Amino acid sequence: MSEYLARYFNEKKMADAWVIIQDDFVNATLSTLYITLVSTLLAILIGLPLGILLVTGDAKGIRPLPRWLMSVLNWIINLLRSAPFIILIVLLMPFTRMLLGSAVGDAGVIVPLVIAAFPFVARLVEGSLRELNPNIIEMAQSSGANTWQTVFHVMLPECVPSLITAFTTAITTILGYTAMSGAVGGGGLGNLAIAQGQQRSNHAVLLSALVILVILVQVLQTFGTWLARKADKRLKNK
Amino acid sequence: MIEICNLSKSFVTAGGTVDALRNVNLTIRDGDIYGIIGMSGAGKSTLVRCINMLERPTEGTVLLDGADLGMLDKKKMQEMRHHITMIFQSFNLLMQRNCLQNIMLPLRLIHMPKDQAVKRASELLETVGMSDKAKAYPAQLSGGQQQRIAIARALATDPKVLLCDEATSALDPKTTHDILSLIRSINEELGITVIIITHQMSVVQEICNRVAILENGTVVEEGDVSDVFSNPKAAATKRLVYPDMAEGIDSLGAAHHQMVRLVFQGAGAATRPLLASMAIDCNIAANILSATTRTLNGKVYGTMLLNIPGGPDDLARAVQYLSQTPDVSIQVEMEYPMQQAEKAGGNAAEGKEADER
Repeated sequence: MSEYLARYFNEKKMADAWVIIQDDFVNATLSTLYITLVSTLLAILIGLPLGILLVTGDAKGIRPLPRWLMSVLNWIINLLRSAPFIILIVLLMPFTRMLLGSAVGDAGVIVPLVIAAFPFVARLVEGSLRELNPNIIEMAQSSGANTWQTVFHVMLPECVPSLITAFTTAITTILGYTAMSGAVGGGGLGNLAIAQGQQRSNHAVLLSALVILVILVQVLQTFGTWLARKADKRLKNK
Repeated sequence: MIEICNLSKSFVTAGGTVDALRNVNLTIRDGDIYGIIGMSGAGKSTLVRCINMLERPTEGTVLLDGADLGMLDKKKMQEMRHHITMIFQSFNLLMQRNCLQNIMLPLRLIHMPKDQAVKRASELLETVGMSDKAKAYPAQLSGGQQQRIAIARALATDPKVLLCDEATSALDPKTTHDILSLIRSINEELGITVIIITHQMSVVQEICNRVAILENGTVVEEGDVSDVFSNPKAAATKRLVYPDMAEGIDSLGAAHHQMVRLVFQGAGAATRPLLASMAIDCNIAANILSATTRTLNGKVYGTMLLNIPGGPDDLARAVQYLSQTPDVSIQVEMEYPMQQAEKAGGNAAEGKEADER
């Protein structure tokens, strides 16, 4: 133990760490938040409609789509979800370069992150919407709602609390993924922790970065849970 | 007017084809409160969903004022559902929307401007006696209150027909009565035709003017409630109208196989001491197995289930004597089994002694 402390937390390491914390941590934290928020927003932008489609287009949904089309959609989602993120980053580099002109830096990590996260968001949305009482859908249909109206006047508003919970799960998961941004030269706390902590054996930096990541996840999760509870009108005594 | 012609509906399941409805024919006139009653699994829910095409009939047609609802395209069908609205056993309110917003839902679907929709929804809240709950959420309301909001929502688009799918089955008797009174006043004041699906005879009795009895997907009896209740013909109807037949009477055994049911129509028929005079005039002492009175459309009906002891001769004499009385109808419930005449005669005497003890 003392050997470990002497090796990683000696006076020089601590001095180095303090410099790094002062110089880089604010930028790294902002970078992490930027990558996380933009990726989550884009993943929801693609994943939400896709999740709706998975439910409404189902054979028993309100607007069944051809079976082959649903099979293809499900297959693509499963395929993207089964690829490890670090492999996805590498595979998608040509695509990212085509899209943004460059495959490195913060923007370079956002593209693969969105590609990895939107199928996950679609599945979360699908799960939320399937939880909705089918009697409510029947009520909408019996009131003369068309597909569009059923989705926007009934399904989505009724699922707001569970969608908030789902998006909270998505954002915390995506925050974890940002640690791999270093692979393509992206910034962020995760990258800093790996670059300084692992590769230069500065565990003080690694642990400090970890503490901030933990705080970020806790704050996001607490906020999400609070928001979902606040939005839920089924809870009587608030 | 709604005409249901030769309607059949079958579902294909893993276990084969299930015929939920077979060749149903019904006519529901404007202004009717029409009851469709049956045990669970009789096909009532499927039938009501065929009326607004939530279920597509396999065969047959549903006509609303002569227009075939099955021929409507998607858009026309959605428009039709603003004229034939529905309330449910589980109310099906939007739990994340307050009462006012719930009532506004159908109005938003027809793109009514918001200020007009708020005005209309507020009027409807008043109609159902819930003005003070405009901002309340369904979770804060009782079942009866939720159903009132659901009724207001169903009335929003000024429908011609209101379908009630077991609308009171989740409510206690007092609340059921209140909701039925509300539905009746809607029928009378707004002239909305009401179709009520239920398994509760008391609901039909309280509110309907016409009734159809559904069993195994077929209509076994149909007519004015007063006729059907005072003189039920089909076995399924008798089971519903006279639940006493099912409970207990059978277990009395052969002793009571000479049963006669008397129906007194109107209060006047009940003024004569009929059984006492039969005992004096014919020397037949009838055994009363059950007796009830009920009110249908303001008219009092009494029914009495009698056991006539003795042989078939006594039964015939009793039937003849009783049927001479005005405003009393008589049905022999179970014919005397001839081959067991002597044995059953002995049992009948025993049964009577048992009753006296």
